[in-house]
Amino acid sequence: MINQPQPRTSTDDRVIGDVIMQMKDITLRFGGVVAISSISFDIREGEIRAIIGPNGAGKSSMLNVISGFYRPQEGEIWFRGRKRPAMKPYQVARQGIARTFQNIALFEGMSVLDNVMTGRLNHMNPNVFLQAIWKGKAEREEVENRERAERIIDFLEIQHIRKTPVSRLPYGLKKRVELARALVSEPSLLLLDEPMAGMNVEEKEDMSRFILDVNDEFGTTIALIEHDMGVVMDLSDRVVVMDYGKKIGDGIPDEVRSNQDVIDAYLGVSHD
Amino acid sequence: MFYREAGDFKISYVADNQTFPIAFDRYRYYAILVVGFLVLPFWVDDYLVNAILAPFFIYAIAAIGLNILTGYCGQVSLGTGGFMAVGAYSCYKLMTGFPDVSIVLHIILAGGITAVVGTVFGLPSLRIKGFYLAVATLAAQFFLVWLFNRVSWFYNYSASGQINAPERTVFNVPVTGPNVEPWAMYLICLFFAFFSAVIARNLTRGTLGRTWMAIRDMDIAAEIIGVNPLRAKLTAFAISSFFVGISGALFFAVYLGAAEAGDSFGIQKSFIVLFMIIIGGLGSIFGSFAGAALLVVLPVFLKLIGVDLFGWPTDLVAHIQLVIVGLLIILFLVLEPHGLAQLWRIAKEKLRLWPFPH
Amino acid sequence: MPDQVLFGIEVVINGLMAGVLYALVALGFVLIFKASGIFNFAQGVMALFAAMTLVGIQDGQVPFSHLINAIFGTKIHHFGWEVHSILAILVTIVVMIVLAWAVQHFIFKHLVGQEPIILFMATIGLAYFLEGVADLMWGAEIKTLNVCLADGVCLPQGINGFLDATTFNWFGYGLFIDNLDISATIVAVILVAILVIFSQYTKQGRAMRAVADDHQAALSVGISLNYIWILVWSVAGFVALVAGIMWGAKSGVQFSLSLIALKALPVLMLGGFTSIPGAIIGGLIIGVGEKLFEFLVGSMIGGATENWFAYVLALLFLVFRPQGLFGERIIERV
Repeated sequence: MINQPQPRTSTDDRVIGDVIMQMKDITLRFGGVVAISSISFDIREGEIRAIIGPNGAGKSSMLNVISGFYRPQEGEIWFRGRKRPAMKPYQVARQGIARTFQNIALFEGMSVLDNVMTGRLNHMNPNVFLQAIWKGKAEREEVENRERAERIIDFLEIQHIRKTPVSRLPYGLKKRVELARALVSEPSLLLLDEPMAGMNVEEKEDMSRFILDVNDEFGTTIALIEHDMGVVMDLSDRVVVMDYGKKIGDGIPDEVRSNQDVIDAYLGVSHD
Repeated sequence: MFYREAGDFKISYVADNQTFPIAFDRYRYYAILVVGFLVLPFWVDDYLVNAILAPFFIYAIAAIGLNILTGYCGQVSLGTGGFMAVGAYSCYKLMTGFPDVSIVLHIILAGGITAVVGTVFGLPSLRIKGFYLAVATLAAQFFLVWLFNRVSWFYNYSASGQINAPERTVFNVPVTGPNVEPWAMYLICLFFAFFSAVIARNLTRGTLGRTWMAIRDMDIAAEIIGVNPLRAKLTAFAISSFFVGISGALFFAVYLGAAEAGDSFGIQKSFIVLFMIIIGGLGSIFGSFAGAALLVVLPVFLKLIGVDLFGWPTDLVAHIQLVIVGLLIILFLVLEPHGLAQLWRIAKEKLRLWPFPH
Repeated sequence: MPDQVLFGIEVVINGLMAGVLYALVALGFVLIFKASGIFNFAQGVMALFAAMTLVGIQDGQVPFSHLINAIFGTKIHHFGWEVHSILAILVTIVVMIVLAWAVQHFIFKHLVGQEPIILFMATIGLAYFLEGVADLMWGAEIKTLNVCLADGVCLPQGINGFLDATTFNWFGYGLFIDNLDISATIVAVILVAILVIFSQYTKQGRAMRAVADDHQAALSVGISLNYIWILVWSVAGFVALVAGIMWGAKSGVQFSLSLIALKALPVLMLGGFTSIPGAIIGGLIIGVGEKLFEFLVGSMIGGATENWFAYVLALLFLVFRPQGLFGERIIERV
């Protein structure tokens, strides 16, 4: 690899491991529109990897490709050293890839606790007959997973609203509940789609802190999308920059910041 | 004052997960059970059971079934009548084919057969959504009724095309056939309604229920966090049809005694059960009972007022009933889309603070 | 040609004619769905309601007479006059416009922004309500509908003798085609032409199409959504009236009309909810399909397959092409 990730701070004792996911020459088209054209990059275990770019650069499409929602026409996805076959989104989720959404996608008719508990679905194996009588394994499983859910709820400081229907929550809290739902599944790769979109400075700081804590305490690998350069540069270990569906930069934040193409893309230089 | 939860703390997740976490609710529930199982059977008469209680319990079971599919999993079905017919006809075939087996087992098996049929008709739900699916379930409704009308094997080649329930007993007490005592009819319907409610409640508060609700609230997000949509929808179809089938079996074997697919299980049945869950409350077991109660009592009430009191012609009262039911549906959707169940919740919130609101 | 083939041709032609009637009902669905996203389950009952109102007015019935008689002990039924068809049609149109206004004002104004499925269930409620009101207003008995534009110029009934005779001379087999079906086809063509002209060349029509395309954008250029929705429901009411006249003249004005109208639903599933040509072609496919199926297969499996054929066909079709024949492909987003 060209760019060895640099430690973020001197006190940081995180271990950045091997490549966990590798995207090879991904191309995604919608009819005649090319959303992603031949992009390759990798994500290493334990790092925070950012994908940035102006609006319409194809960042969200890339995330959708990773989570299996869009199927690229060309290219390969390697996960944990193995080429990933064509998969449905739920199969991808079961491999340990969790995500949040740009426009919050919580289950509005359910309470915060139930929303978080849906994140545990991949770890639960319901037996209809035991569930029907609510005895034995069904009840045990419920309590065990409830304990794990409560741990994440504590961690993200949303205990006070656990029985509130999510439809009644303000935007910032909803984002946090969504993060909780993704985290509780103990993902090996966590995808965050614009986790700070539409937040004020304070909420952004809170969210940044949570992201760093998650990465630190659980060692979760995180890939996130943002178009706010400032936040991303502080948070991430390595950055991919996209523009018009192409990769125009890849490296540690300082390198990317000084990359002429990236500056052009953000300041707006005419493409000729 | 009377209704309170202050001081009622939970120290384990098991305790927090129960159906009635508030002590007052729990005691009221026990009281209702005692009255229902131990007091009412000695008191009910023929009219009360036939006009109100038996249809109430039977419709409540159907409403629980449809509520699982529509209220919890978000898949609208207009095929309830057809699935009730499956329950009724399989119960009939079982009763006549295996006369020595207990009728209770037959009714449960009829539910199982309906679950299989429901799953088959649920298969398209992976590709078809919303009202497309609602219309597709009409196919089940019309096809099944046609099948039971035309294929004479289903009604044992009887000349009238009807099915008639032979006499079967539970503990030597007849529960089907012409010699059923009102209290026996009442008890067997109550028995099935009670267990349906408990099972439905257990299923909806756990993993399965959350899977369904996730599909209902946002199917794409649900799939991305790891819900297999086909599995979720098919389990909803299967379990929903199971209850609907039991309801159809009871409706035919215990309540009507004789049935013909088109008359007893036509598309009107599908609508009535759908209305019950809209009025009662989508996604609520209690709502299924409330909606069933309202729509069972309404015609009886209107008949009492219109026909018996004012002496109006029966068909006029039936037309007024159509208007009222239509209005109720619209009113509930406009004013309280979560139905009677939500009104009940709001009333309880108020009661918590009453009479000292500060 | 062997008789069997000719008989088959007759079945196909009759199917096409029935399909025209399905298409007429489906057209009303498409109009409302395009403009407001409401899947109007009550369209069939609207046709029934319109036809009953037309008959009632023509025959000079006193509206709600049963109710009035029951409450006040009176015995009124008729005003004692008969109203000319054209005038009665005009009055019925006014009634349908008032209905459109009421539907928008009392129901859908309060349901703006609700999920489509809630709106759908509201229209099921509306269907019940309208059916009850129609029965209360005019009584539930089966009525015959004769529409005469002038003395002696009525909707023709019976078998078309000319076609019968001509085909008999040519092939030795007379085709039985109902006069009413022929006129229904002509009326349907005229109606569609009027709708196309209306939506392409008038200000209101353009506004309707704008709303169908994008509510927000239409609002921002100063189109009143409320007005357009009332307009659309009125037009759908008019289409329902035409469908009601044709169905009613053919098989009498009765409740089963609204059940037949349910067949418009599979028609829509075939044709796609947003396409007027789709509604027409879907209607023809269903009409021909169910008649042919009954003719070829029905007798072998017990008959009366028309009850379910349309639904099952639509269901199978949808599994393979969820957006219908002409619907736009759905791209899902997160």
